[in-house]
Amino acid sequence: MVKVEFLGPIQKKALELDINNLNELANILQKDDEVSDWLESCAVAINDTLVTSLEAPLKDGDRISLLPPVCGG
Amino acid sequence: MLSLHSGPLDVPCLLQKWYEEEHESNYGAYIPFVGTVRSEDGIDGLSFDVYEPILDSWFSKWEKRAEARGAKVKMAHSKGDVMLHESSYIAAVFSPKRRVALELIDEFVEDFKASAPIWKYDLKDGQRIYAKDRSTAITGSGLLA
Repeated sequence: MVKVEFLGPIQKKALELDINNLNELANILQKDDEVSDWLESCAVAINDTLVTSLEAPLKDGDRISLLPPVCGG
Repeated sequence: MLSLHSGPLDVPCLLQKWYEEEHESNYGAYIPFVGTVRSEDGIDGLSFDVYEPILDSWFSKWEKRAEARGAKVKMAHSKGDVMLHESSYIAAVFSPKRRVALELIDEFVEDFKASAPIWKYDLKDGQRIYAKDRSTAITGSGLLA
C-alpha cells in the first residue's frame, strides 16, 4: 500500500492505493475527475524526492506527492 | 540557513541577524533580496503554502553550490497570510568578492521562483485564490498525464 498526497491548491484528500509503479497511478488518476486536469502541470515525488520516470518502482509504505505549479516569493 | 515564519517577515531583524552572523566571516559582499507584497489587481495581500521536506532538500543543494564558489546563501520565507507592503521573502548571498554574490543571487532567486515547492494565493474579497497564472510548473511535470 502506498499513500498519494496532493499538495498546495489541489483540493483532494490523500489516497491509499495498492499499486506497484507510477504507470498504475497514472491510469488511476487520469480517470479521476477531481485531479485529472492537474496532471499535465504536476511534478511527482516519491518519499520527497522528485522523479522523472514512470518506471520508478514503488514499495509498501512509499509516499507519493503531486506538486502543482509553484510561485514562491 | 533557511527559516520559515508564520505571517510577514521582520525585515530589519533578519537582515541585521544575518549581518551579525557573518560580518566577521571575511566575506566582502553581502547582497540581500527583499520581496515585498505590492498593491495590484485589488488584492489585500498574499498567502502561501509551503512543503517543507522538498524545500529543505532544494535549499541544501543551493547551500552546496554556493559553498563550491566560496559563498553562503540564506533565505527566509513566510507561511500563511502576508498583507500589502509587508515582506514574504528574503534571500541573501555572502561571498568573498561581489561578482560571485551578484551572480548567485540572480541564479538563486530565479531557481527559487521556478522550483521551490511554495504555492501562492491572492487574498481578495475575503477569498484565497490560487495564483495559477503566475505559477510555474516544476521541471519534469506532466509525468502522470
